Amino acid sequence: MIRDITLGQYYPAKSVLHRLDPRTKFVGTLMFVISLFLFHTFLGYGVATFFLAAMIVLSKVPASFMFRGLKTIFVILLITVGFNVFLTPGHILWQWGFLKITYEGLAQAAKMSIRLVYLVVGSSIMTLTTTPNQLTDGLERLLSPLRRMGVPVHEIAMMMSIALRFIPILMEETDKIMKAQIARGADFETGNIFQKAKGLVPLLVPLFVSAFRRADDLAMAMEARCYHGGEGRTQMKPLCYKGRDYAAYGIALIYLAVSVLFRVRGI
Amino acid sequence: MSIKLKNVSYIYSPGTAYEMHALENIHLTIPDNQFIGMIGHTGSGKSTLIQLFNGLLKPTGGEVFYNGENIWSEKFSRKNLRSQVGLAFQYPEYQLFETNVLEDVCFGPKNQGLDPEAAKERAKKALEQAGVPQELFDKSPFELSGGQKKRVAIAGVLAMNPRILILDEPTAGLDPRGRDELLEQIAALHKTRGISVVLVSHSMEDIARYVQRMIVLNKGRIAFDGAPRQVFSHCQELESMGLAAPQMTYVMQDLKRRGLSVDVEAITVEEARDSILSALKGAGHDS
Amino acid sequence: MEIVRASNLGYDYCRYDENGQQREVTRAIDDVNLDVQEGQFVAILGHNGSGKSTLAKHINALLLPTEGTLWVDHMDTSTEEELWKIRQRAGMVFQNPDNQIIGTVVEEDVGFGPENMGVPTGDIWKRVEDSLQAVGMTAYRNHSPNKLSGGQKQRVAIAGVMAMRPRCIVLDEPTAMLDPNGRREVLEAVRELNHQENVTVILITHYMEEVIAADRVYVMDRGRIVMQGAPREIFAQVEQLKSYGLDVPQVTLLAYELRKAGLSMPEGILRREELVDALCQLS
Repeated sequence: MIRDITLGQYYPAKSVLHRLDPRTKFVGTLMFVISLFLFHTFLGYGVATFFLAAMIVLSKVPASFMFRGLKTIFVILLITVGFNVFLTPGHILWQWGFLKITYEGLAQAAKMSIRLVYLVVGSSIMTLTTTPNQLTDGLERLLSPLRRMGVPVHEIAMMMSIALRFIPILMEETDKIMKAQIARGADFETGNIFQKAKGLVPLLVPLFVSAFRRADDLAMAMEARCYHGGEGRTQMKPLCYKGRDYAAYGIALIYLAVSVLFRVRGI
Repeated sequence: MSIKLKNVSYIYSPGTAYEMHALENIHLTIPDNQFIGMIGHTGSGKSTLIQLFNGLLKPTGGEVFYNGENIWSEKFSRKNLRSQVGLAFQYPEYQLFETNVLEDVCFGPKNQGLDPEAAKERAKKALEQAGVPQELFDKSPFELSGGQKKRVAIAGVLAMNPRILILDEPTAGLDPRGRDELLEQIAALHKTRGISVVLVSHSMEDIARYVQRMIVLNKGRIAFDGAPRQVFSHCQELESMGLAAPQMTYVMQDLKRRGLSVDVEAITVEEARDSILSALKGAGHDS
Repeated sequence: MEIVRASNLGYDYCRYDENGQQREVTRAIDDVNLDVQEGQFVAILGHNGSGKSTLAKHINALLLPTEGTLWVDHMDTSTEEELWKIRQRAGMVFQNPDNQIIGTVVEEDVGFGPENMGVPTGDIWKRVEDSLQAVGMTAYRNHSPNKLSGGQKQRVAIAGVMAMRPRCIVLDEPTAMLDPNGRREVLEAVRELNHQENVTVILITHYMEEVIAADRVYVMDRGRIVMQGAPREIFAQVEQLKSYGLDVPQVTLLAYELRKAGLSMPEGILRREELVDALCQLS
């Protein structure tokens, strides 16, 4: 059953955003993140909200999926709000002992929360509309200039895609070994932390042995299929920009220009 | 000593889009001292069923009893149950982890609370009965051949002194000689220890040769439960489930159709040979 | 035309201790001579550890001989410049279906070989299409390999090799980890390739039932080729096969037992119909 869990959080749909080149989505997301730090007025955030809302609609992904990622940052969000509300000096609205709430604090907390939430939602749009494979491909192409500096970009991308393929298999294997050891009376649940750590040995050793064996087999299978690194390799699904990508770049640039203008003008 | 399943069903991920009915309305008793074969094609529910026997999975419907006690009642110790009902999964060699063979086999008995000496005694006996020669006891389990690893892993389960031993395709990946030797060893274990053995297998020939009773699973239900000779006579139904009868069954049925009065329930080569020889004699042919 | 030829092939596995000193040397294959003609279906039988997998890895130049020479399509496998050509000519399918699929989508995995060979994009798509078609997996092209059955995964692996347009395909126990249905599926695909695409097949196995349809069978034991011939000739020698840790199909075994009991049965019976016919003539 574990095999059914897909990695990443890709949501299959047929939308413009799904069809965009992963590189476009990468750069676009980056521009959006920059804009969040350029805007510093509520009017500015209004523009960002409009832009984000438009993207959510375009992606055809149910909004509930977008906000799922927020669960993981909930604690961080709470701490940020707390700090900002209570510890920003300024015009006091309410005071109890050393705790005071200021007008500036409230405003600051609101801005920080908006930034954090938009950051998470914005990057969710990218991961929801791009398969892990496309993400790796996009990353490989975007980072390819680093190759001249000796960074093994192709190898890193290949490693990432192999990891994507094998993580579900190893997860299932973990489940199997765990059950086999439980059948031999192993206990993975009770005991203090040291006992628990020691109890993991019967799980981890077979898992590592198996992972190494698989790695060995896979290396041989790749060699047998003429794999010899990125040199002279062609691609079955090469990335190439289409008209929609140029349009998307245009829109993203205009959006970024607006945010720069807001900053310069102090709006 | 018996396992009893009463109207058991099992559903994976109930209530979600991945919901899957793995088992439905299973009634089954595994008594003492019986050699049972279990067959069914991949996805028929075999592996789910064997995990219900020792409480690794909890049925979503129905009840499982061990010696008349409901294994999911609050005071029942499932850890204890697991030493009574030994289970070796497919490719059991993947569970080995200790630095030497003897230590690895001691893992089970130690978990049962035995002191190191007593655990060692048990382990040695189990290794011997699983057919692992003494000179391998100090070796690393990772240095052994595939067949030896399987034996060590089976010994690891056996050392817990189970009353019922369940083996999920123990011969997978072995060559013919390794397979025959291991099956002989398992048959001997059944006799010398007087324990019940449940052998999950894809090989009709192996089932025909060794077991007293066979259970056929199809789409999560028990399709047949009886003596191999009788079950295999339903070879058309078996085929419709993606299974088959042993090759001998087909030979005998062909011969019968061609007018030779042979025993169509012969399922092993020896039985077939004897039946053919006596049929030819009866037909007036002197050999 | 010959496609694979081995002459006096030998290979030693060396094991080293912690100090890098040679501890023991095991002769995995010894004085092997092999001659495979283009378009043939050749089976290599042997128990585990008989050296058959080591031999298979030589054909793909994954291992290089310690002694003797192996030629693939007239290229000596120890010539380094020809390495990639040799691997393309003689493709290889391994035992574990999970550990040889690289792509996260079926069609991308099939395209992996041609990508490595530097085939232009348009051609890759054509090759992927043809190969998936040849093994009957076109309907699954956009699936994740993790959701396929063992037999389907092996067919994807075979398609992956076919996409490299090899002259010869070596299958190293491709069915050892499959259930009977998966085994049948894979064998049918292999036979189909042999007939339709005229690809030379070298099938390594210990399942006797799988070699009945082969043109030629080699039996290995302790690194040597100890028997060779047509399946009928090989299976006539039941006692000898048993001494090498192998067994014969039950039908052949029954015929052999009946002969021993004094019935006049022809030698080397392989199929049920042959046995039934022979017996009916007796009665």
